[in-house]
Amino acid sequence: MSVVKSGARSRDESSPGAPREDPSPTQRERRERRSALLSRLDMRLSPYMFVSPYFIIFGTFGLFPVLFTFWISLHDWGLLTGNQGFIGLDNYVTLLSDAKFYNALGNTLGIFLLAIVPQLLLALLLADTLNRNIRLRGFFRVGVIIPYITSIAAMAIIFGQLFGRDFGLINYALETIGVGAVEWTNNRFASWTAIAVMIDWRWLGFNTLIYLAAMQAIPRDMYEAAAIDGASRLRQFAQITVPMVRPTIMFTVIISTIGQMQLFTEPVIFGRGYEGGTQGQFQTVAMLMFEEAMGRQNFGYGSAVAWSIFVLIVVFALVNVLFVSRIRSAGESERR
Amino acid sequence: MSTATGTDGTRPAARRPRWRPRSAGGVTREAGPLTYVALVLTVLLSVFPLYWMFVVATRGNQAIAQRPPALVPGGELTDNIVRTLQNEHANFALGLLNSVIVASVTAVSVVLFCSLAGFALAKLSFTGRNVLTLGVILTMMVPIQMAVVPMLIMMDAFNWRGDIQAVIVPFMVTGFGVFMMRQYALQGVPTELIESARIDGCSLPRTFFSVVLPALRPAMAVLGLLTFMQNWNEFIWPIAVLGPSNPTVQVSINQLNEGYTTDFALMFTGAALATLPLLLVFVVFGRHLIGGIMEGAIKG
Repeated sequence: MSVVKSGARSRDESSPGAPREDPSPTQRERRERRSALLSRLDMRLSPYMFVSPYFIIFGTFGLFPVLFTFWISLHDWGLLTGNQGFIGLDNYVTLLSDAKFYNALGNTLGIFLLAIVPQLLLALLLADTLNRNIRLRGFFRVGVIIPYITSIAAMAIIFGQLFGRDFGLINYALETIGVGAVEWTNNRFASWTAIAVMIDWRWLGFNTLIYLAAMQAIPRDMYEAAAIDGASRLRQFAQITVPMVRPTIMFTVIISTIGQMQLFTEPVIFGRGYEGGTQGQFQTVAMLMFEEAMGRQNFGYGSAVAWSIFVLIVVFALVNVLFVSRIRSAGESERR
Repeated sequence: MSTATGTDGTRPAARRPRWRPRSAGGVTREAGPLTYVALVLTVLLSVFPLYWMFVVATRGNQAIAQRPPALVPGGELTDNIVRTLQNEHANFALGLLNSVIVASVTAVSVVLFCSLAGFALAKLSFTGRNVLTLGVILTMMVPIQMAVVPMLIMMDAFNWRGDIQAVIVPFMVTGFGVFMMRQYALQGVPTELIESARIDGCSLPRTFFSVVLPALRPAMAVLGLLTFMQNWNEFIWPIAVLGPSNPTVQVSINQLNEGYTTDFALMFTGAALATLPLLLVFVVFGRHLIGGIMEGAIKG
């Protein structure tokens, strides 16, 4: 809003003042002056006009609600009861002693690690493979990106069936090869694995393409020189490819972190509700927030949980940024 | 060298820089047959859940329990579609229609507003530009859950609860979109182009629409696609603000999933119907999308 105001002020200053300075202008001079003035005005005002739709909509439906969330979290506030008064940090105190919160936090971080480590490693290997001289290059690229363009909720339904205890194809396959059926929803670690598989299935191709783009920017002669020196392909991968794409790896880690801390759709569909299984074995923090705010209609406490998600993201992003800057100061080669 | 050996040996090689190569392979970066096996396997795994979805959607519930599993499509697709569309809990047809409207309107609006803002932040100089740019980048980190509770209160105040403008208006701009268009405009819109348009007497808005927009078109296409997909997939906010009586397709799917029976044919058909429009979009624009993701990786 302040942006728009400052723009308006600059118009007020310049528009009445300028023509008066010139006592006897010819018709043509006056027109030129006016158009120069309009052009100056245009240059000063238009930028604010261009950015204002974004900042107005974001301010109303982004910034304001986020601050409002903090305000609500300081109150005893229910959907039906309304605002029951200021209670300071009580909701946060409750949060920090709530076993369900720690359970949800553990689940979120556990699923995050279980999903992200194999996902990014596989994406690196797959990108390296796609970066070779292969036939049907376009076909394979399309093949790996297809999961990314599916509907998350729809695919969570399909995976929910594939991971079904009695009729799921995965258990059928495991039984066929003699491993035996797995309780995919009831066992905590198994449920994390199932959810991690859904996430990785969807995002593997996306990250692969991002790595592939970075790898294509590596000069080919680096590999040729390394090959002449006798470095195997494996060693080329470890000592040329990975260091060269390290900034991109950091980028994907940050993006994945932001996404994973908000994990919601897959486990909700998988467990058919916000509870995350009978024992809350795969309830994430975002699901807990929904259970409190929507299920129990406890807006105040739900808002405190919401802020904890934000804090999680900021902490993880800062850790990553520190990590990246350490790598930069260590003098790694930089592409960007 | 195959991918398989790569998997086994990555870590030791990274830990021991003086690791001696067994063979001096890899002069040309040609791919062996094992590479193709690995790639084909990856593609099969990528496609199989989708294929399984369409198989069950063309069969009945018995396909789920059948052993060995049925792996070819059957002939009950039409029946299943009719059943899905007629399901009283899901309101599926309305959900599909709503989702088409929501995803299209938000895509157009995000592309327009984010191009405007991204161009201004990249190419015009004005007081506060750097602060605003930083603000945009920071907003990309704000999760939607942060806003759910107050947004519900706001929607009640506007009397928007249950109406689709509740899932359109808040998503008409995105920080990611502004950032993406800014990055593209920095390189893709030559400053001389803007200056010469100005010399020709174009106002800035006119310059934007007749000179800048055409130059931004590739990035706009990608942003539009991504936004369409994102809003088609949006689950958290529609679940919170829309009821089953006026759903988006994701809410409809959730209704089928929450049912009191497990009618897999119904659920799978619903999932297929919800995925099909995205697949169609991909068939038409997939090339742009792949190019966009890869270009974004280099510029971002």
